[in-house]
Amino acid sequence: MTTKKKSAVDRDVLIGMYKQMCLFRRFEERVGLAYTKQKFSGFCHLHIGQEGLAVGVQSALRDSDYMISGYRSHTQAIGKGIAPGAVMAELFGKVDGCCRGKGGSMHMFSNEHNFLGGHGIVGGQAPLAVGVGFAIRYRNQDNVIVCYMGDAATNQGQVFEVMNMAATWDLPVLFIVENNRYGMGTDITRTTSVDHLWKRALAFDMGHSDVDGMNVLTVHEHVTELVEKMRKDKKPHLLEALTYRYRGHSVSDPGTYRAKEEVEDYQKNRDPILGLGRQLVDKKWATEEELKAWDNEAKEKAKEAEAFADASPQPALEELWDHVLVP
Amino acid sequence: MAEVIEMPKLSDTMEEGGIASWLKKEGDFIEEGEAFVEIETDKATMEYNSPVEGYLLKILVPAGKSCPLNTPICMVGEKGEKADVAPAAPAKAEAKASTPEAAAPAATAPAPDKKAETEPAKAATVTAPKSPASPSAEASSSTDRLRASPLAKKVAEDKHIDLRQVSGSGPGGRVIVRDVEQALAGGTSTGVAKASPALSASAAAPAAPKAPAAVGDFEDVPVNMMRKTIAKRLLAAKNDAPHFYLVRSVNMKNLSAWRTRLNENADKDKRVSVNDLLVLAVSRALIKHPEVNASWQGEYIRRFKAAHVAVAVAIPDGLITPVVRNAHALGAREIAAQTKDLIGRTKAGKIAPEEYQGGTFSISNLGMMGIEHFTAIINPPQAAILAVGATIKTPWVGSTGELEVQERMTMTMSCDHRVIDGAVGATFLETLVSFLEDPMAILS
Amino acid sequence: MAIITFREALGQAISEEMTRDANVFLMGEEVGLYNGAYKVSKGLLDQFGAKRVWDAPISEAGFAGLGIGAAMVGLRPIIEFMTWNFGIQAFDQIVNHAAKMLYMSGGQFNMPIVFRGPNGAAHMLGAQHSQAYESMITNIPGLKVVTCSTPYDGKGLLKSAIRDNNPVLFLESEMMYGMKGEVPEEEYLIPLGKGDIKREGTDVTFIAWNKALHKATEAAEALAKEGISVEVLDPRTLQPLDEELIFASVRKTHRVVIIEESWSFGSVGSQISDRIHKECFDELDAPVSRVTNEFVPMPYNEAQEERVLPNLDRIIAAAKEVLYIKG
Repeated sequence: MTTKKKSAVDRDVLIGMYKQMCLFRRFEERVGLAYTKQKFSGFCHLHIGQEGLAVGVQSALRDSDYMISGYRSHTQAIGKGIAPGAVMAELFGKVDGCCRGKGGSMHMFSNEHNFLGGHGIVGGQAPLAVGVGFAIRYRNQDNVIVCYMGDAATNQGQVFEVMNMAATWDLPVLFIVENNRYGMGTDITRTTSVDHLWKRALAFDMGHSDVDGMNVLTVHEHVTELVEKMRKDKKPHLLEALTYRYRGHSVSDPGTYRAKEEVEDYQKNRDPILGLGRQLVDKKWATEEELKAWDNEAKEKAKEAEAFADASPQPALEELWDHVLVP
Repeated sequence: MAEVIEMPKLSDTMEEGGIASWLKKEGDFIEEGEAFVEIETDKATMEYNSPVEGYLLKILVPAGKSCPLNTPICMVGEKGEKADVAPAAPAKAEAKASTPEAAAPAATAPAPDKKAETEPAKAATVTAPKSPASPSAEASSSTDRLRASPLAKKVAEDKHIDLRQVSGSGPGGRVIVRDVEQALAGGTSTGVAKASPALSASAAAPAAPKAPAAVGDFEDVPVNMMRKTIAKRLLAAKNDAPHFYLVRSVNMKNLSAWRTRLNENADKDKRVSVNDLLVLAVSRALIKHPEVNASWQGEYIRRFKAAHVAVAVAIPDGLITPVVRNAHALGAREIAAQTKDLIGRTKAGKIAPEEYQGGTFSISNLGMMGIEHFTAIINPPQAAILAVGATIKTPWVGSTGELEVQERMTMTMSCDHRVIDGAVGATFLETLVSFLEDPMAILS
Repeated sequence: MAIITFREALGQAISEEMTRDANVFLMGEEVGLYNGAYKVSKGLLDQFGAKRVWDAPISEAGFAGLGIGAAMVGLRPIIEFMTWNFGIQAFDQIVNHAAKMLYMSGGQFNMPIVFRGPNGAAHMLGAQHSQAYESMITNIPGLKVVTCSTPYDGKGLLKSAIRDNNPVLFLESEMMYGMKGEVPEEEYLIPLGKGDIKREGTDVTFIAWNKALHKATEAAEALAKEGISVEVLDPRTLQPLDEELIFASVRKTHRVVIIEESWSFGSVGSQISDRIHKECFDELDAPVSRVTNEFVPMPYNEAQEERVLPNLDRIIAAAKEVLYIKG
């Protein structure tokens, strides 16, 4: 399904993607570490391994486009523009968090950056995305909304309901299924009737495709093409992105449901960061030393984010009464 | 750590004390040395000054309850401090129970010791763990709880009505506001008294221990509402009103003669009784002595301008005192007619509440039953009652110094000393005797 | 003043607000071409066109969520449920998304949306179509819950609900749509959160709303013939509740009967009762009494249904109970 055109992406853009992926990786590693150090608690779903998709999609969007996601969305939020420190502070429940400590790991929001939330009910964000698509059409804008969901969300009833509506009414929603093959601990083949999740779109006569989510450049080019088309025809699209998470479903997941070798294979042979790094070196657009330096930069940024979050004060206890209703 | 304050020894013979009232409520600050609770000892009700300073965290023995010496009665400590509830003092009644549950807290509370005797005011710190088995000091048998709606309680408090004197018409005898309003208006089916503070004594009285019943040994007669009311009111009267008694005997010769004249040619049902003439004389004496025709109202004494004379009437299951209203303005025959009507309807159970409410003085006459003389309990809120004995032929030294046989009647007036002093009562009785011995004086 | 039906009054409210604000749109099953299942939206499609009056597929979760997403980006949706019995299909969206958005985003996303439809039993509609939902939906922070019992109230309250920046769940009644009442020609609003004394009285307060209010009024009239003066109080907004109005009435009458179509366990009535006992304890001459649906699913049989719902006999008996009138 993926188009195989020659890349028109230049060196700076690629290096930018590389740096961003490094940041996402190092950020999430720090998050995982902070969690084990008990700097915060609750659920914590890491995105490590899936950076290629996040960066590839983000780089295809405008600031005015909307994004909405599930509960594994720390780095997507950063990609949409929220400062890493604000995301880390939110994880720590601090007042400088992007939701003043009210949201937490699963609920990153930024109205300013059109990031409409991490959502904790599997598939629950899909109707919201279609509502945003509806508003875009209602106002005759040329924005789009990207709606991330996990593979398991495609079995949620309300997702079907709104795909039908989006397709019926031509609402500019790009549904991106991050197929990391496991809905929590359940291999999707055990719960899903179709072998490819893009086939869900067939029921609604909706545009569909799949993409190698481990290849940031491929993702970038494909999504760019989809989005540009969508700005004009407003038709929704279901993109199945094949990806893989290295870590468990959440921090507390030992990952016993899959072979260690499987994880190692992805890490060695299909890793999006290693992949782009090799490309950059091959094209002689970067040296190994530069890659190392950029990675160190990313580590530094992640460290800064954590320091920012550490330094941020707790919100006042009385704030718990705020934001229940608009006065 | 919160301090536990125990029941102090405030008299040499005191073994247990009652909480008359809490002068502070939970959450209030108490200065060291400040009076914060009133304790009823076996001798007096005394203010107790706090041995410590701090906030009253928890009251363990509520007002109206009693407990043995050294039983924790409250906890005092820092504001907001968690009052580690020490085993609550078992209320007096419960303390007598011998179940292990009831006995347990006593074991964890400090035993009475030398220290407690010599330094009664010093509170010991109790670190006993909270025990789920410890009975709450407030737990009392639900049957002796006063049942009243919150509104009824509030109105009663505002209007100084003692709810224990009001019988409840709600479910389970709950006193509802209607009952209080009727009481205020001066009539309930079972009578009501103005509030007086002293009922706490009866409230704190220990419940009678349940004796093992042997079938056939006795009969338990259910206590009806009237009996309950009599019990409550007369107990209250005896507790509240300091009674003293004045006794006079009267030569009935002239009164009998007058009565004979009055009843000449009268139909049988229109005859005037001695009692009717007593009512007449008493009513006139009351008008002359308004300080006796009076009522204790706590903050003031109310003196009545009219004489409403209540006459005690025995009925099969109790006693009712119908009132001859404005007796001072009625003639002998009118009083006789009214009394006859009232007594007749009382015995028939057809008397309305307002007809036995509002008396200002009572007469109880057991003369017709051969009683020579007796003392009666004041019928509150009245200030006096006259107990009238039989008219008996008696050897008597007459005014001429000769021993003669006279028809004499002995009467005893019970007076509420809060209202009536001895001399005042005596002066009233003197007037009454003069009326009875010379009925023409009544008319003058 | 014009005399119009309840459905006309509600339709006027929607029409006026759609005229006033281009961000307001109506979506629901059969609201457009069919003119509404109960004809509340009659004429709106003609007046505003298909862009603003949307016939939705039978996908309550989907179109409720669509409304929530649209509200996140500034539209002001009116989502009609043909009945609240269908609306519970959308409870995930209402409870997990609409009610939480402002809060978990730390105050970033308002939720100006109205969900409306008939509530409670109609007549012989059986177990799945006869439920009253106020007790469930008032239990959730972040939602306003509004009921209406007269055409006048319905119009004024619905207009306020549409202008409110919070999610408002608006409860109507099939049985009342045809009821006629006076509605002023000129514009008016009834503030949310304010109850109304529908009938003044001194002996006992009846608290009732929605359709049950009329049962309560009927009982009040019957009791008036026995010399009992009943105050009838309609809280109108159940969340937030106009507690002051209720307390003032209790202080006046000292006796309360709450009449509701909910089941008794953990209901709005039990909440009101709790608040009265807490705040007006010393004012009560009797425990608060409640007349609710019997705790069974709604039977179809006519006599059985009548027996399950609060009826005149039960209301009068409850009133006499709190008045200590025997027989």
